Amino acid sequence: MAAVRIPPTLRADVGGLRELEARGETVGAVIDDLVERYPPLAGQLYSEGELASFVNVYLGGEDIRTLDGLDTPVDDGETVILLPAMAGGV
Amino acid sequence: MTRALAPSLLDVIGSTPLVELPRLSPKPSVRLYAKLEGQNPTGSIKDRVAKAMIDAAESSGELAPGRPLLEPTSGNTGISLALVAKLRGYPLTCVMPANVTEERRRMLRLYGAEIVDSPAEEGSNGAVRLALELAEGDPAFFMPFQYANEANPRAHYEGTGAEIAAALDRIDVFVAGLGTGGTLMGAGARLRESFPQLVVAAAEPLPGDEVMGLRSLADGYVPPILDVSKLDRKLLVTNEESIAGLRLLLEREGIFAGVSSGAVIHAALRLADELNEGVVVCVLADGGWKYLSAEFWEATDIGAAMERSVWW
Repeated sequence: MAAVRIPPTLRADVGGLRELEARGETVGAVIDDLVERYPPLAGQLYSEGELASFVNVYLGGEDIRTLDGLDTPVDDGETVILLPAMAGGV
Repeated sequence: MTRALAPSLLDVIGSTPLVELPRLSPKPSVRLYAKLEGQNPTGSIKDRVAKAMIDAAESSGELAPGRPLLEPTSGNTGISLALVAKLRGYPLTCVMPANVTEERRRMLRLYGAEIVDSPAEEGSNGAVRLALELAEGDPAFFMPFQYANEANPRAHYEGTGAEIAAALDRIDVFVAGLGTGGTLMGAGARLRESFPQLVVAAAEPLPGDEVMGLRSLADGYVPPILDVSKLDRKLLVTNEESIAGLRLLLEREGIFAGVSSGAVIHAALRLADELNEGVVVCVLADGGWKYLSAEFWEATDIGAAMERSVWW
């Protein structure tokens, strides 16, 4: 099981939870497990079958786009963080 | 570095010190260096970007003195633009989230800039959205728009990156904060030319819940100048970790830096720890002065003290 942190914008789709558990051996499988249980998430997270460009997914605090993307393996007890892409630059 | 005379303040932008941090390096075989961008005239790396964007627009003929400038910024870019605008003769309006620190507002006002507040809960994305709307509604405005302006990464390619490449004959890891992506794209590209095996690493902030109040993920914003595929590592840093990094910088090396520098140091130490030997260079984007009024320096619950603001 992995812990998945849900950003405020997605909490309405998962019954208001900030964090929930999901099962999967890769980040993609963990997200699929979530989407199966909370189908409205699909439209927010995916765009044409790919991870939407405005969504950032982190495993162990590292963006999966600089790891192996949705194929990045997930160990038991790891934390997946979902975040909207934010404009930075002070 | 020995410049006894400069024709104007704009001529002392860049050529910042690159300082070794021997007391912070996790092992003697890994050398850690910091580029002190707080040494620029208005105290941040954005002086390079502001000057480059105005220079580029003046050379292309888009901009002539007197035309009003508009920019979304949570502070540093606005202050840098305010300096350039004052010396070159442009009125400036900055759009920024209502909850940025008072030092930044006061500095902007002292430089003569107008401030338009965007909703605090929309964070920096809200400032970008509002500025784009205002610019569309009034074509008199010229918006340099650091998020999409190629002069931004170019300033770091020709300046920040070239200066670092000239100073060192080996670099294994380059770490900078991720905001617009300008430093990472520009300096990263320049350094990769000299050091092809270089790892370019981004430190990015984990925003507090209260500044992520977007309506949907589709309101997220990826700066057009940022190409994530050019990054080798992209590390999320919490507010607590950033402040721990700031305190370490101050206690061990005497460097008083801003919030994003704490995150950069945290990421740099994590990456340095992965090396057996090598050279890690980090960019410290600003000094701590503009954050002095913030509660986090002495707070025990740093998360709560920082939750409500955009820090970088």
